[in-house]
Amino acid sequence: MEGTIFSKSCCGRRGMDLPAPEVPVLDPSAVLGPGRLRSAPVGLPQVSEPQAVRHFVNLGVKNYHVDKGIYPLGSCTMKYNPKLNEDLARHPAFAGLHPLAPARAAQGALELMHELGTYLCEITGFRGVTLQPAAGAQGEFTGLLLIRKWHDARGDAGRVEVLMPDSAHGTNPASSTLAGMRVVSVKSDSRGEVDLDDLKAKAGPLTAALMLTNPNTLGIFESRIGEITRIVHEAGGLCYMDGANLNALLGIARPGDMGFDVCHVNLHKTFSTPHGGGGPGAGPVACAEPLARFLPNPVVVRAGDGSYAFEPGGRESFGRLLAFHGNFGVLVRAWAYIRTLGAAGLRETAENALINANYLRARLKGAFELPYDHGPCMHEFVLSGEAQAKKGVRTLDIAKRLLDYGFHAPTIYFPLIVHEAIMIEPTETEGLQSLDAFADAMLAIAREVEEKPHLVTDAPVNTPVLRLDEVRAVKELDIAEPWERT
Amino acid sequence: MSRFTSILGTERRKMLETIGASSVDDLIAAVPAAFRLGRPLDLPPAASELEVSRELERKASAAGGARLVCFAGAGAYDHFIPAAVDHILRRSEFYTAYTPYQAEVSQGTLQCIYEYQTMISRLCALDCANASMYDGASAAAEAALMAMRVRRADRILVAGSLNPAYLDVVRTYLSHGGFSLNEVPFGSDGLLDTVALESLLSSGEAAGLLVQQPNFFGLVEDVRRLAEIVHSKERLLVQVTDPVAAAVIAPPGEAGADIAVGEGQSLGIPLSFGGPYAGFMACRKEFVRNMPGRIIGRTSDRAGQTGYVLTLQTREQHIRREKATSNICTNQALMALASTVYMTLAGEEGLREVASRCFSNSHYLEERLLGISGVSRIFSTPFFREFVLEFPMPAEDLRDRLMGAGFLAGVPLPDLRPGAMLVTATEKRTKSEMDGLAEAVASACAEV
Amino acid sequence: MSSIPKNLRYTETHEWARLEADGTVTIGITDYAQHQMGEIVMVELPRKGHQAARGASLGALEAVKTASDYYSPVDGTVEDANTKLESDPGLVNTDCYGAGWLAVVKPSDPSQLDSLMDASGYARHTGE
Repeated sequence: MEGTIFSKSCCGRRGMDLPAPEVPVLDPSAVLGPGRLRSAPVGLPQVSEPQAVRHFVNLGVKNYHVDKGIYPLGSCTMKYNPKLNEDLARHPAFAGLHPLAPARAAQGALELMHELGTYLCEITGFRGVTLQPAAGAQGEFTGLLLIRKWHDARGDAGRVEVLMPDSAHGTNPASSTLAGMRVVSVKSDSRGEVDLDDLKAKAGPLTAALMLTNPNTLGIFESRIGEITRIVHEAGGLCYMDGANLNALLGIARPGDMGFDVCHVNLHKTFSTPHGGGGPGAGPVACAEPLARFLPNPVVVRAGDGSYAFEPGGRESFGRLLAFHGNFGVLVRAWAYIRTLGAAGLRETAENALINANYLRARLKGAFELPYDHGPCMHEFVLSGEAQAKKGVRTLDIAKRLLDYGFHAPTIYFPLIVHEAIMIEPTETEGLQSLDAFADAMLAIAREVEEKPHLVTDAPVNTPVLRLDEVRAVKELDIAEPWERT
Repeated sequence: MSRFTSILGTERRKMLETIGASSVDDLIAAVPAAFRLGRPLDLPPAASELEVSRELERKASAAGGARLVCFAGAGAYDHFIPAAVDHILRRSEFYTAYTPYQAEVSQGTLQCIYEYQTMISRLCALDCANASMYDGASAAAEAALMAMRVRRADRILVAGSLNPAYLDVVRTYLSHGGFSLNEVPFGSDGLLDTVALESLLSSGEAAGLLVQQPNFFGLVEDVRRLAEIVHSKERLLVQVTDPVAAAVIAPPGEAGADIAVGEGQSLGIPLSFGGPYAGFMACRKEFVRNMPGRIIGRTSDRAGQTGYVLTLQTREQHIRREKATSNICTNQALMALASTVYMTLAGEEGLREVASRCFSNSHYLEERLLGISGVSRIFSTPFFREFVLEFPMPAEDLRDRLMGAGFLAGVPLPDLRPGAMLVTATEKRTKSEMDGLAEAVASACAEV
Repeated sequence: MSSIPKNLRYTETHEWARLEADGTVTIGITDYAQHQMGEIVMVELPRKGHQAARGASLGALEAVKTASDYYSPVDGTVEDANTKLESDPGLVNTDCYGAGWLAVVKPSDPSQLDSLMDASGYARHTGE
């Protein structure tokens, strides 16, 4: 195990230098008074530049990553991150641009934001857009606030309920709470789609919105989506699409055409911006015309003379989400991705995502239970490890054994409505050889469950560490290295 | 076929055969015909790598702001970033990895975040920190919500000397969940009015006070005194803190803050037109279960080796759903890594040196500008790295004029006074740049 | 097979309830429930004086990867909570019917206990 950077620290070393001071060095205590100053050292490491670089490179190699191989996490869309886009986002003209530089010093950046907004509107079938939300969850919060403002503006302030299927992502209920709304769970039917009777029973005068992922978290397109959005609209509510699975729909169908009123887009899923080990992402929100006047401040506008500016929204805007304009560097990458692919390329992306998922599903369905098998899946599918669990091998074990085979594991135990869920999303990135290699590993593990289950329950054994003690991590909470002052 | 496509047409046919479908259309049978787009998306035509690169280059050349010598701050600062930071960030192992849910193959990311948490908690002089928030402003909003959770209150006091964009974000986060805030005004010295604070604390239940140090005007608040007042009423002090300043002036934990948040951009993250940045959050250990966001813990594996995992996950949305401490999922992990590498390279001495240079440069520049006829201070209170001056012309006009001379002179504060501008000089500014700005200001003011 | 003492009453949400001689009701979670949750690492207790409503949450139990609310089987007032669990939450696992009790409620209508399941009903409910 690589020791922490603090264990490598020794007094007097440093990995950064600065030019000699050119102006008199002032003593802060003389200006501020000693009582206002820090009394103890910070406790930062003291290492040279090569020591620092080696430390982080040696840590990095313990990571699995999408440049190494398939990353079939369902619902996460771990696709390839184009290398050009990394360079473009770091262009010195953007990297060095202060967010409060006046518009005339930022025209190219504003133009890019305006274009990306236009592209996202076309892709989703909406008219208004904000690029500000930093991630999908902040996009959900944004969408719910738009909906809230819309009801309030109509004097219909009593609508506090958000309907969502029992298969929803955890961010949906959490965002509803943050927006001051109450969650009402709607059942899924035997086909894995929204149960229309339950929806009808629960939609009513308290309904503010329906939040729905489509294709849903089972990888199934809600085939009665027109009826679903109509039921909600007739009850006086609006429809929010969680765009986590938009990759399946690119150029095929658009949320705006299906009766949704607002949706967020995860640029770090559908539009190839890297996940960065957990972020940054971006969660732009697109909406129908009547909601656009409530979008957060500020919005990019194009003037008659072709110049661009940030326009403060009117008094109707619901407010602001971040100090500045969103994760601009992420926006640059997504812009480049859409420009590279164009309409045909985006459609090809969705088609290959569908083919890859259905191909893996066809290869694996004999060895694992497939609880929802009416017709093909979209971009992902959910297996159940229940047959294996009856033999004493849990889905968690199967996931860990995949690591031994050199693959990342799928999403497990989600959605909650499938026991021992194994949720697989290969994405369009993978070629046939890569899909076959992954399927072969899954099938080999299924055989191991029958013949040598201990290989699976003992896994992983080929990883930098073995299974970790999560109970100890909670009970003996160690979340910052204690500092022994030397 | 795009250059990202690995599936050949012949393979497609073979795969469709395995699937038992005759064409891709079979796979989208569930999409009702009425909702199929039926036309290509109306987007610009596909472009090659070279063409996209040229198009971006054209846009970049139409964004000249980065060529200006930057004296603007107000929450985003032009600091020096050692080359090694981006070299680590460009490692595929870090930037193309997902959230470290499979700990056994994510030890790199996990240990880096553990080290980040350690550095942030030490910088803030508090017990623990989380793995990052979106930015400083949303972290401030989350901290306000957290303080209200801890104190079981639905109201919080917010300093009027807080960055106004942060105040907008806090208001947005609070106003819809049934929470309210009261602004505590600042006095003629630019510092929080303690008399108003005491009176607001006495009227009704508030969770505590959210205050910025140094405040929006760059002035150093007496946080110790504020903490005493707030704690005497058994309320919490939440401090928005500048991480560079915290290396020299009393950090949140020493000053008595219970929760600290801030913008990590100063720690190795480029300006990048406002993002991605990384908010940080730290707190006393008794509040850790009320903290939002991911937290990494150190533990051991089956063989007794040290390893790292996501911990205290029952606070989070994927487990706790509508009862989670926050809806945050994706955070700013890679930017937190940038800050970790930056703080490692800068180290103890380097970060203090950066702080001291910002302090010295800003004071030198203020003195130079005050030597110009018609330029005056608005507040006489000591500042740390940023200061407000009043110029004898509308500050927006002055800023626009100085752009012609190659300077981004600062951030106009028209709501304060028409001639008010917030100015900063980081360690990156040379004496000749500061002298050049002073000369350009002098000649602009001479023409008024 | 989990243990289901004969002298207790049970809810569908896996709480047990015991009517004490002083008329109060002691509440805990069942052996089945603690087993399903795995090692419990945190217990959130109700405050004394809290007005408990039948079927409403009294607090929450946290394991490493799950958290679950527990619910009052009766309407009433919380008279006591097992503060020992704050330092030793594992008692819920090791002795759920004894030292791992959660709260004591003074019921406003003790007859509500009669509508709860008895041991054999609960055994059927858990399919054991």
